[in-house]
Amino acid sequence: MNIVVNGEPQSIESMTVLAYLEKIAIDPRRVAVELNLDILPKADYASTLLNEGDRIEIVHFVGGG
Amino acid sequence: MEKKPDDKLIIAGREFGSRLMVGTGKYTTMEQMVRAIEASGAEVITVAVRRVNISDRSKESLLDHIDLKKYTLLPNTAGCYNAEDAVRTCRLAREAGLSDFVKLEVLGDEKTLFPDNEELLKAAKVLIKEGFTVLPYTSDDPIVCKKLEDIGCAAVMPLGAPIGSGLGIRNPYNIRIILDTVRVPVIVDAGVGTASDAAIAMELGCHGVLMNTGIAGAQDPVAMAEAMKLAVRAGRLAYLAGRIPKKLYATASSPIEGIMT
Repeated sequence: MNIVVNGEPQSIESMTVLAYLEKIAIDPRRVAVELNLDILPKADYASTLLNEGDRIEIVHFVGGG
Repeated sequence: MEKKPDDKLIIAGREFGSRLMVGTGKYTTMEQMVRAIEASGAEVITVAVRRVNISDRSKESLLDHIDLKKYTLLPNTAGCYNAEDAVRTCRLAREAGLSDFVKLEVLGDEKTLFPDNEELLKAAKVLIKEGFTVLPYTSDDPIVCKKLEDIGCAAVMPLGAPIGSGLGIRNPYNIRIILDTVRVPVIVDAGVGTASDAAIAMELGCHGVLMNTGIAGAQDPVAMAEAMKLAVRAGRLAYLAGRIPKKLYATASSPIEGIMT
């Protein structure tokens, strides 16, 4: 199925948010995830399935003033 | 004067031993950043919220280098030009960092990076309702600062000069009026170029100073970080000590009595 991650189209198997983060080697503790413009609490990563057309944003902290 | 020289900076009930807050941007290497932050003595450090690069995971993660037991992260909303984007960024920051503290900035223009105070107030209202502790970067405008305090901001952070300009405190009179106008901490944010600029902010009575480029852009950032630490401390002590009034003419320091004639 197709989803959009950080603005880029991605083709993936059906999986949970947690599984997706692990697949792309992201430590879930170090990021925040927005699913279709709503914040997805960390506690829900393991139980939330990605659906066709979902738009997710994965952000983290970088250097800044 | 009841205040002691070692008095703490208190923001929304949280105590900080250092009145200097520093940014984590613009360093050449992570190692240099870590050493500069250490030398600055800062306890609050600002960070930005950005998309993870999902195709290239080789980049180092900032949080791998920062001891979260030692520092309080203050995520910013740099790069946001309207209230909606700023609020969205703060919500993500809270989820990523598990703290309610945010440095709210809503920019009005890319050239000056001056705040859009109308959007800033709008965003602050939403965030405060959602339980955030909002530290807004704002113009050195006492009226706007008062409005920010009235809606519940935990501090106000007027600029000394444009972000990254190093021009120092361009309008010390406005900063003084802001200090007379609001009761929340006043933290000069942006414009500090060298140690004396930081000292001036503190001598005016500001409760703290926040800077990034002034340190990260110096030829020796680690040395400048230490200079800023000392300047903030010196300025605070001088403020608490109470300076002499300025006078046009001399007053002799040595006694007149007993001069040999």
